[in-house]
Amino acid sequence: MKEEIIIAGFGGQGVLSMGKILAYSAIMQDMEVTWMPSYGPEMRGGTANVSVILSDKKIGSPIVTKYDTAIILNQQSMDKFEQSVKPGGLLLYDPNGITRHPERTDITICRIDAIDVAAKVGNSKVYNMAVMGAYLKMKPLVDMVNVDKGLAKCIPARYSDLIALNKQAIEEGMNSVVTL
Amino acid sequence: MAEKILMKGNEAIAVSAIRNGVDGYFGYPITPQSEVMETLMKEKPWETTGMVVLQAESETSSINMVYGGACTGKKVMTSSSSPGISLMCEGISYLAGAELPCLVVNVMRGGPGLGTIQPSQSDYNQCVKGGGHGDYNAIVLAPASAQDMYDFVDWGFELAFKYRTPVILLADGIVGQMMEKVELREMKPRRTKEELLAAAPWATTGKTADRPYNVITSLALESDVQEKFNQKLQAKYKEIVEKEATHTEYMTEDAEYLFVAFGCSARICEAVVDDLREQGIKAGLLRPVTLFPFATKRLAELSKQVKSMMSIELNAGQMVEDVRLAVNGACPVGFYGRQGGNIYTPDEIADAFKKFNNLK
Repeated sequence: MKEEIIIAGFGGQGVLSMGKILAYSAIMQDMEVTWMPSYGPEMRGGTANVSVILSDKKIGSPIVTKYDTAIILNQQSMDKFEQSVKPGGLLLYDPNGITRHPERTDITICRIDAIDVAAKVGNSKVYNMAVMGAYLKMKPLVDMVNVDKGLAKCIPARYSDLIALNKQAIEEGMNSVVTL
Repeated sequence: MAEKILMKGNEAIAVSAIRNGVDGYFGYPITPQSEVMETLMKEKPWETTGMVVLQAESETSSINMVYGGACTGKKVMTSSSSPGISLMCEGISYLAGAELPCLVVNVMRGGPGLGTIQPSQSDYNQCVKGGGHGDYNAIVLAPASAQDMYDFVDWGFELAFKYRTPVILLADGIVGQMMEKVELREMKPRRTKEELLAAAPWATTGKTADRPYNVITSLALESDVQEKFNQKLQAKYKEIVEKEATHTEYMTEDAEYLFVAFGCSARICEAVVDDLREQGIKAGLLRPVTLFPFATKRLAELSKQVKSMMSIELNAGQMVEDVRLAVNGACPVGFYGRQGGNIYTPDEIADAFKKFNNLK
């Protein structure tokens, strides 16, 4: 099993932390992982992306250009990454702010209204976990018990009271993803 | 089982330095390696192991603080990226000339000049061939993963003290910025005074009645003295070349074509080898793990086995010269590279490989 994922959106949406939580959760399941961010003069409101590879074998190249899954959270990223999804792959996106929706017919396309989910949970900061929940529903590669462990590793101890809220967002995200 | 932690290569260097009993770190921030000092500052090792962490006012200061610390036999290090290493080159030459052990981490970015902050391998010549003035070599280690970043800190200090020489850990922006699983090895405490004196009897720790003065200098005004010293240095480098050259091989046993690549490029080439093998092309990979000393001997052997070699580097073609010297005309040696912070994809390398070898 090897899953190559690109997560792309605006800085501030929690793209990098979502990748980190996903990667840490996979480590808790004894998988190999790489997490490679786009680094540079990025800032809130600018674009940010991270490619995450999950595998049951040692990972060679951390650099890939075709992905099994693209998680897309803004229009710029849609323009950049829609064509990078492997045929038969998954494109998961948040339609909020998207003016040109995906057009591919050879891949699975899903949407998650993650802002609504976060609003329902009651904290806009768990937006990224709603998206991750939607992804895990579509590709249940990491067990929830390991996601719990991954969350605990990534959230600093002083915010440990927020773990439950993040879990709730993941669960709501799972329930809210729609396949188109 | 040892704990496995998800961390960046840069963070792994900092954590490893603390856990391997490093006495001092002196540095100045620069992308893409600022996480080294950030992590050290966050971990506050001065409260636990007593390790000193200091942000100097410049790279020139950092390397000279390293010089001072190394004189006293302490395990000291610095880290920077390409333009910062250029500023340190004078100091590295002095450290080599004074036969002082230390670790210098270079997380390469694209150059020349201020260049770009994206990954590159264009400091191969600078770090492997000298950088500073005079006839010297530093031992150069090329990590390809976050685990390597962790492990090579300890290995680097071992070599530095064994040979009394600066060791450069030559990484790139990918290895520095990428997060991977890192297994933390057993803790090594900082050296006690007795251990330090045993490991570095030459150190300037204060003269005692039972020995002459320890003098550390790179200045020899008399030509004969300097020449004799230089010959001693060269004998040391010869021993390093004979004993310490390290490389790994992937699918070379029956290989008809060989890729040579270090650091992140070696990992990308591993994917190329897999792809080509699926197409029935017998490709293999040699990854030099030490760049000085270089895998010259093994490449010479392989040049008699393979139809051709290709050096893959994120630069305009630097290591390829050493590959050609090792091969000495026994087989064609090609090159493919990207520059300025751009990174090749496995497909792109496969295309260049096929073009060079007239394959479809």
